[in-house]
Amino acid sequence: MEDQPGFPEFVQQQAGKLLEQTLQHIGLTFISLLIAVVIGVPLGILITRKKKLAGAILGIAGVLQTIPSIALLGFMIPLLGIGAKPAIVALFLYALLPIIRNTYTGILQVDATVIDAATGMGMSQQQLLLKVQLPLAMPVILAGIRTATVINVGVATLAAYIAAGGLGEFIFGGIALNNTNMILAGAIPAALLAILFDTGVARLQKLRMRSVKTALYILPFLLLILSSFYLLPAAYGSSLVAGFTPEFMGRKDGNLGLKQVYGLDMRTVVISDMIMYKAAYEKTLDVISGSSTDGRVKAFDLQVLEDDKHIFPPYYAAPIVRQATLDKYPELAPALNKLSGIINDSVMTELNYKVDHLKQDPALVASDFLKAKGLLQPARKGAKGTVVIGAKIFGDGYILANMYKLLVNGYTDLEAVTKTGLGGTKICFDALTNGQIDLYPEYTGTGLLVILQADKTVIDSLIADKQKVYDYVSTAFMQQYQIRWLPPIGFNNTYALMMRKQQATELHITSISDLKEYLQHH
Amino acid sequence: MIKLERVNKSFQNGKPAVSDVSFEVNTGETLVLLGTSGSGKTTTLRMINRLIAPDSGKIYVNGEAVTAQETTSLRRNIGYVLQDNGLFPHYTVAENIGIVPSLLKWDKKRIEERTRTLMEKLHLPADEYYDAYPQQLSGGQQQRVGLARALAADPPVLLMDEPFGALDPVTRASVRNEFRSLDEISNKTVIMVTHDVQEAFQLGDRICLMDKGTIQQTGTPAELLFSPANEFVTQFFREQRLLLELNAVKLSDIRTLLPTDHVTEKVSFILPEDASCWDALEQMTTLSAPVYYSFDDKLIRIDSAALMQAFTQYKQTISSNGRSTRLS
Repeated sequence: MEDQPGFPEFVQQQAGKLLEQTLQHIGLTFISLLIAVVIGVPLGILITRKKKLAGAILGIAGVLQTIPSIALLGFMIPLLGIGAKPAIVALFLYALLPIIRNTYTGILQVDATVIDAATGMGMSQQQLLLKVQLPLAMPVILAGIRTATVINVGVATLAAYIAAGGLGEFIFGGIALNNTNMILAGAIPAALLAILFDTGVARLQKLRMRSVKTALYILPFLLLILSSFYLLPAAYGSSLVAGFTPEFMGRKDGNLGLKQVYGLDMRTVVISDMIMYKAAYEKTLDVISGSSTDGRVKAFDLQVLEDDKHIFPPYYAAPIVRQATLDKYPELAPALNKLSGIINDSVMTELNYKVDHLKQDPALVASDFLKAKGLLQPARKGAKGTVVIGAKIFGDGYILANMYKLLVNGYTDLEAVTKTGLGGTKICFDALTNGQIDLYPEYTGTGLLVILQADKTVIDSLIADKQKVYDYVSTAFMQQYQIRWLPPIGFNNTYALMMRKQQATELHITSISDLKEYLQHH
Repeated sequence: MIKLERVNKSFQNGKPAVSDVSFEVNTGETLVLLGTSGSGKTTTLRMINRLIAPDSGKIYVNGEAVTAQETTSLRRNIGYVLQDNGLFPHYTVAENIGIVPSLLKWDKKRIEERTRTLMEKLHLPADEYYDAYPQQLSGGQQQRVGLARALAADPPVLLMDEPFGALDPVTRASVRNEFRSLDEISNKTVIMVTHDVQEAFQLGDRICLMDKGTIQQTGTPAELLFSPANEFVTQFFREQRLLLELNAVKLSDIRTLLPTDHVTEKVSFILPEDASCWDALEQMTTLSAPVYYSFDDKLIRIDSAALMQAFTQYKQTISSNGRSTRLS
């Protein structure tokens, strides 16, 4: 962390990207809001007239609202693929409820005497709606739009997971990279946008009655303009599209390295690790930043491109444990070390394949594997103490955490508890240093580049040799954090660029240099 | 002209709201629908401008069945005043008054002229209130705007649903008096709903007393007092009987019973032609002196003893006759 630049410098460096993401964010928010208004307001009006429909429509919109946003995005992918479309649809669905509900209640709240007077004076139903109900319900409808806007600004950060851009790229990239500046560069503008739009609509709400009419004409226009922001950072480009995870985007051994060392410059979208492989398989993306042992490499028939200029450092997995825990329970280390040297790259890919693609339970895969290796012992149900095992959100972690749990339960009198699904390196490592977890499987490369953020000279001197990297992180972690690296498990889960096997063959691409060559000519 | 023929309406639960109601109101006449809450008077009123559809029976406005007319144009030709005024909070006073004229597509200038005229007549200075919003007005002023709005397109028919019901007693009396003296209503057919007996007697040419959805009696105030159709009618007016009677009996009704000595000296104040016994008594007590009244171009002097004697005599005559006695 010592040589991270200050926040203002970071923003200055990334100004172009920041502007692009902010515009995308505004665009995403307002395209979906516009659609939600166009559909939600008439629906709200409809259910004030056909009250039987009200329960059903409000119910459906309410249920949509309760679906966790990331899950909703997940549902959209099989239907609409990745990119802007599913993001806009998901945001639209979120914005729908507050708009329908407020239109409905706003119109019903209009003083019955006023409606009575308007009808009694001979207004048609349309005149009643346009001259009386809508203007009088407008403050409430605007309150709904306001709620929807703020929700959308927030949820739109998640669009970064499905290659739709927005400020989420910085936020999730920053979390994955343990880069506070990057998180702030995404989070502060997102918060500012939320505050800005919130007060903007609040202003509209407070306008005097007469100006409401003017506002009614300006509002759709404004929405349209803001929506079009999304289109501004238009696709620039190359013939192949790459999808990289937020973490990969900002790493020296990721996209930055690809640019510096290989001079690779291609059209890139940011996408979640979870859907990246499938997107490559479905030809939405051509090049992705996978991890070499991921089960989906096998499942989706992808080919790993050779890193011929060695920018991806060794990522050997090993459990890292709090020294305090090891001191307290000396029997823990031998139990954990039973796994050392047993799992190589192909074994890990196979295990991941079972979990990711065949949808087998990680706990079951773990116990089957240990049984096959003769390492499984029945749990002793010891009560000497509790050890909390963490794991990052990706495949390896789940399986390894489960294996360690079985080993600890079988070989010691300790009780192991798993806490899997921790968002990324930063979250996992912070949990470890704070003592919320006692150990988790980490990779040597991540330790060197992400956690220690070693100097360029140090990295260059170590990077080619896996043993040097391991020794360096072991020493540094112990000194700085009192955390012990146990012996490596055996497999090297390094970053890798990968393409569909078929396309790679057709284009004669086997290494990253080949890819660069191809892009230069097409 | 408004005519109802055997109109029936039941609530959704099947209970009758209005049963077999028939009456006729002539042009220039004011009929008051009087009754307690739940008597069906508002329902009856709202069937006339088709806010409620009757289950059976016929309703005619200006000689034509309401069902034969297009709803919106029917309503635009009927002024409608509501208890809680129902002014549009997002419209200025002028815009509120101009609603029906603009629905009828009058040109802007005509609407503005008409609005200013009406505001003048209803004592709402246009300079001050033309662009004001209803919330900035007092209750009495709001009700005046409501009245102006109903009168804006000069409809031949005016329906008023407890128009003064939401006002405090003082404001209420003043708005009521203004309404009574308004020249705009002299040629209109007016139906007004109220539960206030005094208001009914003050404003109604005829009163239609309703209870539980049926008409108990329709007639002039004097007819209801002096020849009640049934026990309900008698009971209904029991509490304020003397006051109502004094109001209902006009000096012109009892002129034959009053002293006939002519007065020749100059007097400063003469009671109006349609003054009631109550008006005369009120004058006497405020002035602590006899009052003057003129008929057949002859001025007579009345003191309280003479007045009460004539009043009592009159009542005896009509109750022994047992018939409607309004002579004028």
